[in-house]
Parts: sequence; C-alpha cells; structure tokens
Amino acid sequence: MPSLIRRTLIGRMLFVGTLVLATAFVDARPAMAEYGDVIMNNNSDAAGMRPAVFPHWFHRVRYSCKVCHADLGIKFKAGGNNIDMLKIMDGQYCGACHNGTIAWSVENCNLCHSGKPGTPTQVHESKSHELLSPAKPPVGKK
Amino acid sequence: MNSPFKLIHFTLVSALLVASWGTLATAAQPAKEKAVTEAKTETAAQPQTAIAGSEVNPFNRLMRVVPKRHLPPTQDGIHDPTNDSTQMLQTPLEAFSGLPKSQGDFGNGVDWVKALNESKIDARWDRNDPKAKPVIMDLSIVREVKGSMPGVGFPHKQHTQLLDCSNCHPAIFIPQKGANQISMAAIMLGQKCGVCHGTVAFPVAECRRCHDKAKPVAAKAPAK
Ligand code: HEC
Ligand code: HEC
Ligand code: HEC
Ligand code: HEC
Ligand code: HEC
Ligand code: HEC
Repeated sequence: MPSLIRRTLIGRMLFVGTLVLATAFVDARPAMAEYGDVIMNNNSDAAGMRPAVFPHWFHRVRYSCKVCHADLGIKFKAGGNNIDMLKIMDGQYCGACHNGTIAWSVENCNLCHSGKPGTPTQVHESKSHELLSPAKPPVGKK
Repeated sequence: MNSPFKLIHFTLVSALLVASWGTLATAAQPAKEKAVTEAKTETAAQPQTAIAGSEVNPFNRLMRVVPKRHLPPTQDGIHDPTNDSTQMLQTPLEAFSGLPKSQGDFGNGVDWVKALNESKIDARWDRNDPKAKPVIMDLSIVREVKGSMPGVGFPHKQHTQLLDCSNCHPAIFIPQKGANQISMAAIMLGQKCGVCHGTVAFPVAECRRCHDKAKPVAAKAPAK
C-alpha cells in the first residue's frame, strides 16, 4: 500500500483527497460501516482476537448468495452459525475458500480479524431496523 | 525588544504556511508532479488538516453533499485502524466504481441486478466451477396492496439468478401463491422479504423496486 501511494500520481492524489475527506468528516455523525458488513464476535474478543469482519459487498461481486448460503450451509443469521477456527481450518465456512487455492489462506489472521475490539456481533447498516430500534441494540443474535 | 521577535516569528510562521500551500498546490498539479519529491508529499500531508478546516464558506454548509457512507475500512467505525491489515482491505467505492448505481444512495448504492445482467460483475454460481450457471425460474407473483400503494411484484427471476430455492422455501415462504402473510411491519423487523432486504439486498427505502405494479394490477403474472 504505502509503496503504491508513493509510486503513482493517482495514488498520491487519492491519499491527499482522503485526508481532506477525513478532516471534513471529523465532527459528523457516527461512522457507518458499508451496507452488508457482518461483524462476528461470538468468541473472538474472549479469545483475545479482534472480531472478524465479513464484507458481503466484496464477496457478492464474485459469488452468488447460493454458494455460501446453500452450498456451504451458512444460515441467514449474523453470529448464528457458530463459526470457529477449527471448522475454518477443516474447510468449512470461510475455510471452504480461504484455503490458499481459491482465495488467500487462513494464516492471514488479521485480514479477517480486523474489527475494533469490543464491537458486538451485528450486520451493518440495517436502516429499517434502526428506524424501529434507534438505540441499535448490541444484537446478541446468537 | 519584544516586537521584533514577534515580527520574525510571524514571518517564519507565514513562510512555513506558504511553503506548505506551495507543496500542496504542486501535488495537485499533474504537470509539475514529477518535480515533487516523495519527502515533500509526505510533509504536505500534515498541514492538510489545518487548511481544510479553515474553509469557512463552503457552498453547501449544512447539506451533506457527501453523506458519510461507503467509507474506507480505516474510517468506517467497525474496523480497527491500528491493524496493519485493515489498510490492505479494498474500499467500497473502489469496488463500486465501475458498477451501475441504484436510484438514491441507499444500501451499497449499487444496482446489483443491473450489474449482474450487464456482466459488470461475475457472481459465480459455484465456488469450484467458474462456468456453472444458475437455473433461472421466470415466475412473477403479484401481490395487491390495499390503498394507494402500487402492488408488489415478486420476481423469481432476479432471485433465482442469485439464490437457491432452499434459501426461501420453505423456511421463509411457503411455495404457494397467497399462502404467506406479508406486511411492511414484518419486513421492517427483518422477517419475510426483510430477511435480505434491509441487510444485504437493496433496502426498504427503495419502495418503488418492490411496489412496481401500477393500480389496476396488470395481469402479468404468468401461470408458469
Ligand atoms: C462468501 C460467502 C457469502 C456470500 C456470497 C453471501 N453471504 Fe450472506 N452471509 C455470509 C456470512 C459468513 C454471514 C454471517 C453468518 C454468521 O455470522 O454466522 C452471512 C449472513 C447473511 C445474512 C444474515 C444477516 C442478519 O440479519 O443476521 C443475510 C440476510 C445474508 N447473509 C444474505 C445474503 C445475500 C442476499 C447474499 C447474496 C447477494 C449473500 N448473503 C451472499 C456469507 C455469504
Ligand atoms: C465462496 C468463497 C469464499 C468464502 C466462503 C469466503 N470468502 Fe472471503 N474471499 C473470497 C475471495 C475469492 C476473496 C478475494 C481473494 C483475493 O483477493 O485474492 C476473498 C476476500 C476476503 C477478504 C478481503 C477483502 C478485501 O478487501 O480484499 C476478507 C476480509 C474475507 N474474504 C473474509 C471472509 C470471511 C470472514 C469469510 C467467512 C465468514 C469468508 N471471507 C468466506 C472467497 C470467499
Ligand atoms: C477467513 C477469515 C479468517 C481468518 C483468515 C482467520 N480467522 Fe479466526 N475466525 C474467523 C471467524 C469468522 C471466527 C468466528 C468469530 C466469532 O464469532 O467470534 C473466528 C474465530 C477465531 C477465534 C475465536 C474462536 C475460536 O476458534 O477459538 C480465534 C482465537 C481466532 N479466530 C484466531 C485466529 C488466528 C490466530 C488466525 C490466523 C492464524 C485466524 N483466526 C484467521 C475468521 C478467520
Ligand atoms: C427470494 C426467495 C425465493 C426464492 C429463492 C424462491 N422463491 Fe418461490 N416463492 C417465493 C415467494 C415470496 C412466493 C410467493 C408466496 C406467496 O404468494 O405467499 C413464492 C412462490 C412459489 C411457488 C408458488 C407459485 C404459485 O403460483 O402458487 C412455487 C411453486 C415456487 N415459489 C417455487 C420456487 C422454486 C422452484 C424456486 C427455485 C428455483 C423458488 N421458488 C425460489 C420466494 C422465493
Ligand atoms: C433470501 C434473500 C431474499 C429474500 C427473502 C427476498 N429477496 Fe428480493 N432480492 C434479493 C436479492 C439478493 C436481490 C438482488 C438485488 C439486490 O441485492 O439488491 C433481490 C432483488 C429483488 C427485486 C428485483 C429488483 C430489480 O431491480 O429487478 C425485487 C422486486 C425483490 N427482490 C422483491 C422482493 C420481495 C417482494 C420479497 C418478499 C416477498 C423479496 N424480494 C424477498 C434477495 C431476497
Ligand atoms: C422488499 C420489497 C418491499 C419494499 C422495498 C417495500 N415494500 Fe411495502 N410491501 C411489500 C410487501 C411484500 C407487502 C405486502 C403485500 C401484501 O399485502 O401481500 C407490502 C405492503 C405495503 C403496504 C400495505 C400495508 C402493509 O403493511 O402491508 C404499504 C403501505 C407499503 N408496503 C408501503 C411501502 C413503502 C412506503 C415503502 C418504502 C419505504 C415500501 N413499502 C417498500 C414489499 C416491499
């Protein structure tokens, strides 16, 4: 990344632009994650890892929902699949692809475990649900 | 004794400010870009904050021209910016740059149906076989709505492009026309259509995409 920023003109301008944007946002509303981002934190915090973040928007560019939600049996419920590292290592859930053949493998811990420590299991950003429960409950969806 | 010092101080500070403006201006001009050394761009980055913050009369002062959406992972509030790998993640806007936009900036701000049909994305149907194609079922089910709201057309087509029958039948919907009670309240609570619309698929705010049947309902639903 840093080398990319330095190397290309666009990279540099983007970098400066991002900083301008960043300052423009300092006092605005609380930050909003991208629509469809899922944070999984059933056991991560307790085990001293950052929560795992799953970006739907990134994966749906590459895969249809069926691949994960039918073939891999992932239920439509954030935190509802009891995903853990043993299952991932054995090729289930994320591990069906993050195995070094289809996508980068499990040893890249922090690409998945990139959440802010303490962030509860939840889906972002569900507008309709916010309308009904503005306090945004730490969805203990389990 | 005191004022000359102040004067020198003032001149130094303004010189510094002018200098940093200079580097900034060069950074913004492609023609002069080559002359800018890496070190300069790096230093230009710091005073940036002060300069941007001092713009007191922007055109839109209260209207949010750029709503706080689609932020890069380092700023989105859920990622840990101190994690090195966070900086390696793709930013949403980069991913969406070539994709058709949806009306209004709701959800991802992307019209995923169009993106798929115009082959802007290649959402694979199988994780091992990149060539596998879905079996698409073209069956629309029209549900009339009381009052002024246009009826709702549920298109199996767009859904079976992405989903398996088992994703909806029978857990979310009994596969029989009219057998399911659906209301907006349920959808907003994340049930029925709201399982996906409001979390991953286009959100409830895009009323017209579901309520698209003019009133009197066009007898469009093919009986398969
Ligand atoms: C690469 C795999 C993958 C793909 C592709 C995928 N999902 Fe998911 N989805 C997940 C994972 C992982 C979770 C979280 C499960 C957990 O936390 O146990 C999830 C959770 C969900 C949820 C539950 C959110 C909630 O309210 O708790 C919904 C709804 C959902 N996905 C819909 C979709 C739709 C619609 C698509 C297609 C556009 C899709 N997903 C594509 C992996 C995927
Ligand atoms: C169906 C296959 C599949 C599954 C299942 C899957 N991924 Fe991925 N994922 C991919 C592919 C392909 C990439 C892109 C890899 C690359 O850049 O080389 C990716 C990339 C990512 C990225 C990096 C995104 C970026 O900005 O570059 C993250 C984070 C990620 N996956 C997390 C997860 C998590 C967490 C799970 C499990 C809950 C998961 N993935 C399950 C296929 C999958
Ligand atoms: C492909 C994404 C991915 C990668 C890579 C990954 N993890 Fe995980 N990990 C997850 C997910 C998803 C969970 C479940 C999160 C939760 O609900 O707490 C998890 C859970 C955990 C947990 C708590 C549950 C358990 O299994 O004990 C620990 C500890 C953990 N990971 C450590 C690691 C370490 C160490 C690495 C690197 C060697 C790693 N993870 C790499 C996705 C990933
Ligand atoms: C996104 C969810 C979803 C998916 C995926 C889906 N359906 Fe449906 N299906 C529905 C809904 C909603 C209805 C209407 C139910 C109602 O009117 O109460 C329906 C109705 C039906 C009906 C009844 C039609 C009638 O005239 O009575 C059949 C048969 C059916 N689906 C078959 C399938 C098959 C086969 C697939 C897979 C190829 C499939 N569905 C995929 C949501 C879905
Ligand atoms: C299992 C998840 C799921 C359920 C349940 C679901 N949808 Fe969808 N729907 C999707 C996805 C994914 C798309 C693709 C577009 C997107 O992601 O924004 C879609 C697209 C659509 C479209 C097509 C819009 C267009 O531009 O062509 C309509 C209309 C629609 N849904 C209506 C409904 C209605 C009405 C219901 C309830 C009866 C429903 N959906 C239930 C996942 C779902
Ligand atoms: C995901 C698809 C979808 C979206 C988006 C959607 N609706 Fe609906 N709406 C439905 C369905 C399905 C019904 C139930 C139809 C029936 O009675 O069978 C419904 C019913 C209604 C009704 C009748 C009263 C009720 O609660 O059943 C009203 C009014 C309504 N919608 C307004 C809206 C408005 C306003 C919006 C935009 C903010 C909206 N809808 C967005 C699918 C949708």
